[in-house]
Parts: sequence; structure tokens; C-alpha cells
Amino acid sequence: MSAMTLTPIEKKPLSFALPVIGAAGGFAGLFVGTAHGSGLMGIVIGAVALMALGFVALQILGLDMERPVRWAIIALFTVVGVMVAGVPGFVLGVLFGWFFSWFIYWIGEGRYRANLAPYLTGGQVLWHYAFRVLCGAIFIFLITPILVVMPLSFNAQNFFTFTPEMLRFDPAGYSLKHYEDFFTSSGWQQALRNSLAIAPVATLLSVSFGTLAAIGLSSEHVPFRRAIMAILISPMIVPLIISAAGMYFFYSRIGLQGTYFGVVLAHAALGIPFVIITVTATLVGFDRSLTRAAANMGADPVTTFFRVQMPLILPGVISGGLFAFITSFDEVVVVLFVGSANQQTLPWRMFTGLREQISPTILAVATILVAISIVLLATLEMLRRRSERLRGMSPG
Amino acid sequence: MSDTTDTGPVLAADGTPLKRSLRRALRAQKIRALALIAPLLIFVLVAFIAPIADMLFRSVENQIVGNTVPMTVEELRDWDGEDVPEEQVFRAMYFDLFLASEAKEHTKLGSRLNYEESGVSSLFRTTGRDVDDMGEVFQDALEEISPEFEEAQVWYDMMSGGDGAEGNTRLMSNQIGRLEQLESSAFKGDAGFVPGAAISDILPNTARAYAAFAAFTHFVDEDVVAEEEPWEAVYAALALDLEDPGTAAALAAYDGPGADLLRQAAAADLPNVDMKSAFVESNEDWNRVEYWEVIHTYSPPYTTGYFLNAVDMEKTTEGIALRDEDERIYGILFKRTMFMSMVITFSCIALGYPIAWILANLPARTANLLMILVLLPFWTSLLVRTSAWKIMLQQQGVINDTLVWLGLVADESRLVMINNQFGTIVAMTHILLPFMILPMYSVMQTIPPSYLRAAKSLGATNWTAFWRVYFPQSVPGIGAGSILVFILAIGYYITPEIVGGTTGTFISNRIAYHISSSLNWGLAAALGSILLAVVLVLYWAYDKIVGIDNVKLGG
Repeated sequence: MSAMTLTPIEKKPLSFALPVIGAAGGFAGLFVGTAHGSGLMGIVIGAVALMALGFVALQILGLDMERPVRWAIIALFTVVGVMVAGVPGFVLGVLFGWFFSWFIYWIGEGRYRANLAPYLTGGQVLWHYAFRVLCGAIFIFLITPILVVMPLSFNAQNFFTFTPEMLRFDPAGYSLKHYEDFFTSSGWQQALRNSLAIAPVATLLSVSFGTLAAIGLSSEHVPFRRAIMAILISPMIVPLIISAAGMYFFYSRIGLQGTYFGVVLAHAALGIPFVIITVTATLVGFDRSLTRAAANMGADPVTTFFRVQMPLILPGVISGGLFAFITSFDEVVVVLFVGSANQQTLPWRMFTGLREQISPTILAVATILVAISIVLLATLEMLRRRSERLRGMSPG
Repeated sequence: MSDTTDTGPVLAADGTPLKRSLRRALRAQKIRALALIAPLLIFVLVAFIAPIADMLFRSVENQIVGNTVPMTVEELRDWDGEDVPEEQVFRAMYFDLFLASEAKEHTKLGSRLNYEESGVSSLFRTTGRDVDDMGEVFQDALEEISPEFEEAQVWYDMMSGGDGAEGNTRLMSNQIGRLEQLESSAFKGDAGFVPGAAISDILPNTARAYAAFAAFTHFVDEDVVAEEEPWEAVYAALALDLEDPGTAAALAAYDGPGADLLRQAAAADLPNVDMKSAFVESNEDWNRVEYWEVIHTYSPPYTTGYFLNAVDMEKTTEGIALRDEDERIYGILFKRTMFMSMVITFSCIALGYPIAWILANLPARTANLLMILVLLPFWTSLLVRTSAWKIMLQQQGVINDTLVWLGLVADESRLVMINNQFGTIVAMTHILLPFMILPMYSVMQTIPPSYLRAAKSLGATNWTAFWRVYFPQSVPGIGAGSILVFILAIGYYITPEIVGGTTGTFISNRIAYHISSSLNWGLAAALGSILLAVVLVLYWAYDKIVGIDNVKLGG
């Protein structure tokens, strides 16, 4: 396997390998069995079949034949899969075949020991891999909801689950109709336009005020620094429902409730903490002698800011801006209360869609939003690295 | 040091003492920093802090009673609460209610008091309709005596005391001020009418009622006072004044406009003013002491009523007491919010700890790749994740379909995983998990792996090495993550609203309900204030443990 093996691997006795392989086969067989009526039969057939395969592969054919045997196992699983469950069975067969062909040799040849310290006991090795499997399960938990939404958004039916056609990979089961619906429905387009009209303006407000304030806050002598910081960060700490309630009461008092300006103001306030945090973090590494040097050479403060300081802290400013943008773009609670029907944004429409007339167009919108967040995440990561390089920190 | 001549302070280049020069520079620096911060600070104060302050104010504010029925509040001040109040109180209520119903404000007062005692709302609504009829009795009687009482101009002259008469400006401005409170707007200029000083001495009730009518006609209806026939309430007030035997005597000596007319009315036989029976006839609930108690209890401009309500208590005649068992809903809701947030926090710890550990202990390249799996959900729109959970958890959803397909669950007994606490806990654990993993990860990264190896080489078992060496060092990460997740969880609204059904909702859903559906803003504000207090305490703890400056965003 990898070039760095900690422990020399050795072939395991069949008395160890076969039961383990059999147990894995039984476990897989359980699910196939329950799907076809009898779990017990599944376990028995799975265990026996896998033990037989393992015996053939490890004992009779041996290590020299590994490559052809692995292909043969994959082919065997695929054929069985197609016979049992058609096209979905084909996919599952390939996956299971690939896994077991690898698993048989991994166990039988003792390869699982290769990357572990030689002094570990059997129990510790078992725990090590059990822990890995557990973590894998949690990662799957983290990512599954997003992975489920994406294929479902191509559903040809108005269902929120995989139709038999989709599972058969029948092209008729897939369509772009929900995307079409999103791009042609005037309601969704209006919501998109509203979102795009609100978020950039709110971002602009919070970035311009926030950057100035962050520069002020990072200078050495600021009276009441902690108190000011606490006030500026508070929109992030106070639960959104409370912010929304307060803004609803107060903005209706001063006539801003239900106006575009009111929503922009509210979203700008919510975005400010993110700008403050990212920009002050960037300014921590900022070398003040640079501005002094610029002043020394005759630059006025404005020139110094735009020609010296700004280019250096720009990555921080942009990532703060992205945070503020996504805050506004994703925000639904405050806009629900502060806005009126004329300010219906994308998340608002998704929210009402989820609560009332549930339509799969939401899934198409969701997929588009996931794509947007992947792009933003990549941009942020790039900016972070660039910023650290600029400030002379190691990219990490 | 031998060269220095210490003949005075050290001087800066321009000759000023260095100390002062430095101080000046420091002050300039401070001012510059504050000037940079000021725009944002003002912005946040106006756009965010002021709304929060307004919410806190609303949770105790109760000016509606005093503004709508001020005379009644005044009369009720000395009421003992034993019996239905005297005629005096009903008379005050009549004039208050008449003006309020003209301004269409009496129903608002009714709904406000209805939050405290159901039934008050219909009391004010029905009687608000009947106040015209109650006054019409006196209007008819007076017009019977002389048709001149129908003339708007006659009334205007009579009440203003004629040209050049001394005016009672104080009475007029009092009435305008009262109307301003009622309508919650400011009126500028004069009403084109000032009651005569002499006539307001003789007919105090009539002058007050007419002044109220004049102010309303001029400012709200925007009509000319002298061209409008007065309200029924003014006739009732006149009848009330004429009941007093002293009035006839005073009228005998009066010679202003309409004096003859008034003497004629005083001599005639008018119906008795009995507002109490008129009110009871309109709605017999006016005879119930409980309703008067509610008006009495909630007459001060500030009240703890909303807060008491928010903790399932109420004001009774014996003082503050818990509500009946079946009326206690907020206690349950607060407990449920706390309980579910705790369950969510613990599930986040349980799921987040292994992930943070493996991320911190894998080689950097693999860890960075796996980090994407944590950051991607973190960056995905909240609504996307919530809708994903709704799709996965519903009865015809992906999880149930898979379980049925595998034969683990029968088709007819699909699991109910949504619209209950389970759904909320699963979805919110998923949504908040990154907030737990990221702080844990940043703490665990700083723990050298050699400590564990050292412990093991000294003879510790795996478990001892972990529990005695590694775990204590990772506790700050757990603490930071837990407080963060808990703070976020107790204020959540969207996810419980969509996947929570009726049993999986939080206190925030109740707040939203009171704002948009039941319109009990005061109660919503009180519930919000309590929630805010809890969050601020936790935030303070977070600040002590982690420090706000250490808040990190996405690694």
C-alpha cells in the first residue's frame, strides 16, 4: 500500500480471516435478506457465500492471482445484483463487489496492520477502525441532507422522494422542470430580484461602516473598547427572533416597517459583526510602520489608506463582505417581520413554500443556493490563504 | 547623565513640555479612533440597539388604559375593589368611552384588557356602540324644550361666552393634550374655539365635553366647530350640570349668550342622569366586579402584567398568584425550550467530539479535505438544510422509503419522525453541529499528541490516558462549543417552525405567534425580554470562558 508502512504485514490464519469476512458478509446479507422477506436467510447466505469466496481467494488462488480474483468478485456481485434488483442492483452490486474484493485481501493478508504502531493489541486495532467507521457515519450524517437535495431537484415528478424511475436511472425519471419553473415563475424571479436588490446594498453599508470602525478599533488607544465591541457584536449574539421582534416594533413606530430601506437597514445591522470580526482579525497582523512610512514620505491619510492599508487588508474586507452578503442573502426571520410582501426575498419564499404550498421548485432553488455557497466557500478559502501570505504567515 | 541640566521639564522639538505634547498626541489619537468608530456605532445604536430597547420598553408599557379612559382611571383610584363602583365612575367612563369610540380607540383598549380577562373586549365593543343612544335621551329632551339646542352656532356662542369673553384656555389645552395621547399624534395650532371662563365655572361638565368635541372636530375631522352640531355626550353633560341645584342659581346671575336658553332648560324637567343603569342595560357585564378589577389593576402607565403572564402568573385581588394548572403554557414552553436545547447541545457534543478529534489528529492534507465536509453544511443556507430534513424525515420521505425498501419497517407503519420533538432535535443537531466542531477542533489542535503517548508509556491504559490526560485539555473547546450551540439553539425559530409541528416548537415560535397572529405585542416583548436575559447571561459566560475577540468564523 503506501510507502510508509509502520508494521510489516503478514498473512493471517484462515481461522481468523474467514469468520471476520463471514461476519461482514452476514451483515450485508441481513439487509438484502430483509428486503426479500427473510433476514435470517440473508445472514446465512451472505456469511456462507463470503466465507467461500474468501477461502477460494486466500487459500486456493493466493496472492499471485489477486488482480483477476478481485475483478471476478466484482463481476460476480454485479451479476447477482442485476438478477436480484435490476438496474439499482447493478450499482449496488458494483459497490459491494468492489468493497468485498478489497476487504477479503485487507483482512486475509493482514494489511489493516500496515499503518498502525506494531505494539497495538488486537482490541486497540479493532477500536481504531471502529472509531474510523463511527466518524465516517457522522460525516455522512453531516453531508447527506445536501446530497439528497441535489438529485431530488431533478425529479420529473412533483414528489419529494426518489421515484422508481429515478432509482432505475431511467432518463424519463429526471428532468429540469423544477429549474425551468424557477426561472420562468414570476414569483420566484421577483423574489430573486428582491434578494439581489437587498443583499448588495446591505453588504455595502455594513462593509463601509464596518471597515472604518475596525480600523478605529484596532488603534492602540480606544476608550471603552470592550463596551463598544460588545455593542457592535451584539447583532450576532441576540437571537434573530428577538432582533426581528424589536425591529418590527421600532421600525413600525418610525414608519420603516414594510419598506425596502427598513429591510436593508436591518440586514446591514445583522452583517456588521461579521465585517468587524474578519477585518479586525486581518488588522492584527498589520504592520503599523507601513502607514507611518507612507506619512513620512508625504502621503496624506486618505492616500495612505487607499494606497497602503486598503490593499493589504482587502482580503479581510472582502471575506467580511461575503459573510455579510450571505447573512443578508440567507436571512429570513427578520425580513419576515420587517419586510412586506413587496420585499419577499428568496429565503422568505422558500420558507412559506415549505410551510404551506410545498412544491419541489424549492429543491431546485436549494441546489442553486448550495452551488452558490460552494463558490463562496472556495473564494473565502482562497482569500484566507492570500491574506496570510500577504501578512507573511504560513498558509495552513 | 552628568551633562543634563535639570532645570525644568523635558521639552519637545517645538518647545512645549514633552509631557503635554505627548498627552495632546494621545488625545488626538483617541479622538481619531472614536471618529472612525462613531458612524458605525451610531448606525448600530439606531438600527439595532434602539429596537431592542423599544422591545424592553414595550414589555412593561401600559399607557393605553390611562390614555383611553383617563377620567375613569382618576375616579377608580380610591375604589376599594369590593363592589361595583358608584355612579360617579360610570359617568367618567361614559365621557371617556364616548370620545374613545368617536376616535375608534375603545376596541383597542378592549382587546388589550381582554389579554388579562377574556370578555372585556365585547364589553367595550357593545357599549361603545350604545354610547350615542345613551346621550340621545338628553338631546331629545333638550331639543323638546327649545329647538335652538339643535343649532350649531347657538352652542358655539353659548360655550365660548360670546366675543371678547374671557376664555378658559387651560381647559382647552387639557382636552387637546388628551386627544393627542388618544390619537398618539401631535396637533399644532388652536382649535378655533376656547370655552368661556364664566360658563365653564357654571357648567363644568358641559364645557369639558364641548371642548373635547371641539378639539376632535377641528383636529381629527378637520371641520369648523361652529358649523357642527355637538355630540350627544355634550347634551348628557348639560343635563348632568343642570341636575345640580346650584347651577340654576348661578345661571340666574349669568348674562352671556344663551343664558335665557339655559335658564329655560334648567327650569324644565329633564330625565335623570343614571349612567350606571344605562351601562348595565347596554351590557350587564358592567355589573361584574372582576371586569372593574381588571381596569383598576391595569390603569397605571407601567405594568408587570406581561411579565407575570409570561411566567404563568396573574394579578388577583389577593396579590400575585400562579395561574390555574390548565392555563400554564409558558412555563412548559420555557422548560421544553431549555430541555430540547440541552438535548441538542449534548448530541452535538457526542457527534462533534469524535469528528473534532479525528480532524485534529489526521495528517493536515486529509484533515483539510474532511474539513470541507464540515464547512459545506455550515455554509449552506439554513433553509436548504431545513428543507432537506423535511424531505428526508417525512412519512413518504427518503429515510422511511429506505427503511421500507430494506424491510426494516412495514409499509403501513412508517415512522413518524417529523412534526415532533424528534424531528426538531435531529434537524437542529445537524444544523448546529459545525458550531460545535469548529471550536473543539481549534482547541484540540493545540493539544500535543505526545502527551497521550507519554501517558501510555507510563503505563496508563487507553481509557485512562484519554480520560485523565486528553479530555481535561479539550474541555475548553467543549465549553465554548456548548455555550455557542446552546445560545443559538434556544433562539431558533425557522427550523422548529418547519419540522417541529406542535410538540417540537420553541419559545421563539410563541413570540412570533404573538407578534403576527394574536397581536399581543406586550406579551411577545415580555417573552422576548426573558429569552434575551437568558442569552445575555450565557453570552457573558462565553465571554468569560472564551472571550468575544476569539470568535472565529469558519476556521
